[in-house]
Amino acid sequence: MSGRIAVFAASSLTDAFADIADAFLDVHPSADVVLNVGGSSRLAAQIAEGAPADVYAAADSDSMAALVGAGDAADTPVTLATNTSQIIVASGNPLGLAGLDDLADPELVVVVCAVQVPCGSYAAQILDNAGVDLTPDSYEQNVKAVATKVTSGEADAGIVYVTDVGAAGDAADGVVIPPDVNVTASYPMVVTDGAANPVGGRAFVDFVLGEVGQDILEQYGFGPP
Amino acid sequence: MSTSDRNIERPSAGRRSPTSERLPWPALVLALLAIAFFALPFVGLLWRAPWGTVGDVLSSSSVRTALWLSIRTSLASTALAALFGIPLAWLLARVAFPGRSLVRALTTLSMVLPPVVAGVALFASLGRNGLVGRYLDDWFGLRLPFTTTGVIVAQTFVAMPFLVLTVEAALRQLNPGIEDAARTLGASRWYVFSRVTLPTIRPALAAGAVLAWARALGEFGATITFAGNFPGETQTMPLATYLALETDPDEAIILALALIAVSFTVLVGLRERWLGGLRP
Repeated sequence: MSGRIAVFAASSLTDAFADIADAFLDVHPSADVVLNVGGSSRLAAQIAEGAPADVYAAADSDSMAALVGAGDAADTPVTLATNTSQIIVASGNPLGLAGLDDLADPELVVVVCAVQVPCGSYAAQILDNAGVDLTPDSYEQNVKAVATKVTSGEADAGIVYVTDVGAAGDAADGVVIPPDVNVTASYPMVVTDGAANPVGGRAFVDFVLGEVGQDILEQYGFGPP
Repeated sequence: MSTSDRNIERPSAGRRSPTSERLPWPALVLALLAIAFFALPFVGLLWRAPWGTVGDVLSSSSVRTALWLSIRTSLASTALAALFGIPLAWLLARVAFPGRSLVRALTTLSMVLPPVVAGVALFASLGRNGLVGRYLDDWFGLRLPFTTTGVIVAQTFVAMPFLVLTVEAALRQLNPGIEDAARTLGASRWYVFSRVTLPTIRPALAAGAVLAWARALGEFGATITFAGNFPGETQTMPLATYLALETDPDEAIILALALIAVSFTVLVGLRERWLGGLRP
């Protein structure tokens, strides 16, 4: 196994995939994993425009469906992990927010993802399930932007993946969203049709699905596929 | 003031009509290539545009809201850039003070800063927990992030250097004799600046304002970082275009073309109005 493997992955996979790439390189020292992270749908669009990706990992099935529909998938996509959402608040939850109902307070600065990206469509579904009528202060471009707004103190709360609360470490805390209104996100992954290194790409996909990859994903708070 | 009136016309007196000169062919070829290089991406957009749905997209109220917000904020930030930028250019061009080159470098810093970093810098300074921003909130209840005012601040931050640099260069090239003459005749400093200096550098002023306005209109990174993205308040056309690209590239192309059409119309219109009158 060798050569450059370009992995296009959803923003929420940023830290876990960086660790998995390191572990992969320990096993395959002559390979070179290049991570390109961003919004799932934007990455799919980039691949459709000919961006040199070997592997694509999305945070939602719609983005993957778009990629498959455009004929850019070499295989059938496999689910690599699942994720749920949480309310992210400043460390120690200084405002004492207890749940989604509290977010409707107009005094709060609340940010969520734009509905055009997966985290935003999940947030909209969750708020709808909970019957909470929320007017956020901003629809952010990706989930990391939501987390950053809260950890930097510019926003009081946001809706992000459980894994993003974990990734924020000491800078943030999470408020649980009950399972009956929460939405489980499936992360599909595939080797692209135009892959310059399909062998390397398949090896990376197998590695993510294997024991080491799954352990790392679990450490970051992802659920099993 | 008849002496200075004659002098005011001087910068344009030597200007040739564009048709009176013929370029040597290598220069002409390079110039034509430059035109093609500028034009081709727009032709590409026009070629890719889904003309069947243009009407539907443009008539949607969300697009009109974003376009109107873009026009309002970019004009406001151009006005602010002129209000503060002209005196700053005056200071930099005419007053020798220690650290002048440092200040000049500082004013151009936001041009080289990646816009997203500019947004982070604005947070650190004017955000809710920023160096100055925390007092803005405590003392005046003024909150910039996630507000239309925040959009204008972000746009002004990245756009003002274009105006300052252009106006400063014009002020430095200006023949001081004109102003000296006016002052000899008893005019105050302010009178000379507003009635002699500014009218003389009108083309540079117009060019600087247009550059600043264009930069403000296209501003994306600092805005989405510092002001966020909310329809009608902070979602300008570039932000709406970026998000449309996530799900519907066709819509994004139409939005981009609409923004280009508006800016092109304004730029051509202003050129005729401000610069056209100076041609012999």
